[in-house]
Amino acid sequence: MKFFQLPLRRVLAWLALGTLLLSSAQALQVSDDRGRVLNLARSPQRIVSLLPSLTETVFALGQGQRLVGVDRYSNYPESVTRLPQVGGGLDPNIEAIVALRPDVVLAATSSRSAVRLEGLGIPVFALEPKTHADVQRVVGKIGQLLEVNDPQRLWREIDAGVSAAAQSLPANVRGTRVYFEVNRGPYGAGESSFIGETLTRLGVKNILPAKLGPFPKINPELVVRENPDLIMVGLANFDGLEQRPGWGSILAIRAHQVCVFGLEESNVLVRPGPRMAESARIMAQCLADKSPKKPAAAK
Amino acid sequence: MTSTRTVWLLALAALLCAAMVLLGLCIGSAGFENTVGSLIGMGEADRAMAQQIIWEIRLPRTVGALAAGALLGLAGALAQGLFRNPLADPYLLGSASGASLGVALALVGMGGGVGMVGTSMMSEGGVAVSVFSSSIWVRLGLTGAAFAGAVFAVMLTLSLARGVQHTLRLLLAGVIVGVVLGAITSLVLLFSPDSLQAMQSFLLGSTSFIGWTSCLLMALVWLVCVVAAWTLARVLDGLSLGEATALSLGLPIGPLRAALVAVLALATGTAVAQTGLIAFVGLAAPHLVRALARVPHRQLMWLSSAMGALLLGGADLLARWLIAPQELPVGVLTAVLGGLYLLWLMHRGGGSLGGRGA
Repeated sequence: MKFFQLPLRRVLAWLALGTLLLSSAQALQVSDDRGRVLNLARSPQRIVSLLPSLTETVFALGQGQRLVGVDRYSNYPESVTRLPQVGGGLDPNIEAIVALRPDVVLAATSSRSAVRLEGLGIPVFALEPKTHADVQRVVGKIGQLLEVNDPQRLWREIDAGVSAAAQSLPANVRGTRVYFEVNRGPYGAGESSFIGETLTRLGVKNILPAKLGPFPKINPELVVRENPDLIMVGLANFDGLEQRPGWGSILAIRAHQVCVFGLEESNVLVRPGPRMAESARIMAQCLADKSPKKPAAAK
Repeated sequence: MTSTRTVWLLALAALLCAAMVLLGLCIGSAGFENTVGSLIGMGEADRAMAQQIIWEIRLPRTVGALAAGALLGLAGALAQGLFRNPLADPYLLGSASGASLGVALALVGMGGGVGMVGTSMMSEGGVAVSVFSSSIWVRLGLTGAAFAGAVFAVMLTLSLARGVQHTLRLLLAGVIVGVVLGAITSLVLLFSPDSLQAMQSFLLGSTSFIGWTSCLLMALVWLVCVVAAWTLARVLDGLSLGEATALSLGLPIGPLRAALVAVLALATGTAVAQTGLIAFVGLAAPHLVRALARVPHRQLMWLSSAMGALLLGGADLLARWLIAPQELPVGVLTAVLGGLYLLWLMHRGGGSLGGRGA
């Protein structure tokens, strides 16, 4: 015992000294998606998140206990629902946030609250997860901010999950032509959106090419013209789909190849965050169930 | 102004409408394309699809946009005549807020089960209701709800203003009712998030999903309204000379005015129920007509309808053409088109916009 004690104590002393020196010389420095550098004395312990995907990322990195408040749309994992809600990402209740005395607020770069909060002396870490690459970067940045060991492990898990979902699909599903409607505007998910990226990795063909942008408002006639094999749509937008002028003749609708996602599933699908692997599994399941290219016997 | 000029203007408008319908057949998700030419050269399957796109999507949409514009133009002419105020539009008196409240309540009432039905509800047997559904019952139901809401709002405004005698009080009451009903609509939607998304696109106004049902409904209602307005419009000419003069002419002002308010509510409610809230057409159309010709109200009803139709029809064409296959919001284009034209007229003519057509 004694043999070990002395060196250990000495090492600890050196470590303590080193930490002291380091923390006084360079506090935690992280830059957010606005390019703003956050200087913090130590990794934040009290966090308010104003975006569901960021809330989920904090939890997925195993740091959920540091959250003290969330926006009203954050509802996963379930323990989040017990936290105080501070309004929506676009209309946050500044007073409620201040009252929670957060060390940092995680928000979307588009949130108008940042300037106001920073004026009140609360650091804001603004992030904009929009594509798969963004999610990887955001995971890294939040990991850095929370001083998590190897945050990219989370990304590798997400990435592996998406790949696994893609591999689970029979080869004959590949090339299925899909239309994913996000909103009845109608806005669809284009190839360049994170939903489109997942679809591409699943090996299906999105009828909305990348040049239209991530979530274009399209002429509904385009869908009739492109005549997709499969339509993916949230329950909230599903009613009346078949009665839209001319839509009755779309292959997907005639053959009942329409996947209608419930509220829970829709939440998973529309959030560019750690549940993208689950999102890929949901879409893969839809393709396996409804894709016209699958063997008739399995129906 | 002689009615010869009116006839010429109407003929010109009809010609332009016809041109728009033809153009409307050729403009879609691929931008402009010569549909007639391509119909001949196509294979069987492609031709079937092209025919369907033209007959089931483009034609009803184009004609529907014209009909909705005509309804709004007519309602605008009625509102400005009734309230002797060039700022009046069909959405004044809270009628639009009333109509959208009616639609919101109908949505919540009819689609209240959406969230609970779950994923098991697939293609058939869905009881949920869409603002853009083309089923005749849904269309009639939504139109009825919008009409009822509009009538309710107008009645509320009228009773708050204690009649239509005091224009200023009437306008003020209309603005207040509009704001309060708008707030109630927001409140209703706040407690029914499922309907929120459906309502959102509705509040922005859209011509994207006009099918034959909506199209025919609007055309029929427009016909009824314009004939009614045309028959009753002489009271508006009387009114434009002042209330006392109108009374001394022996016009039964009260009942006529009530009837015209009903026509206004019907026209507004029908347009709102099919296309959502499309701003500016009702305000701009009568002014644009007055800039072209000074006509009595009987003729203004027809001309303003035609102008509204051209305005919304043109906006619809541009909305799907400019950035095809994407779409611009049609309401933005009506404001840009009508607004710029109106500004140009103001700077050029000056007098015509200040004057009142009589």
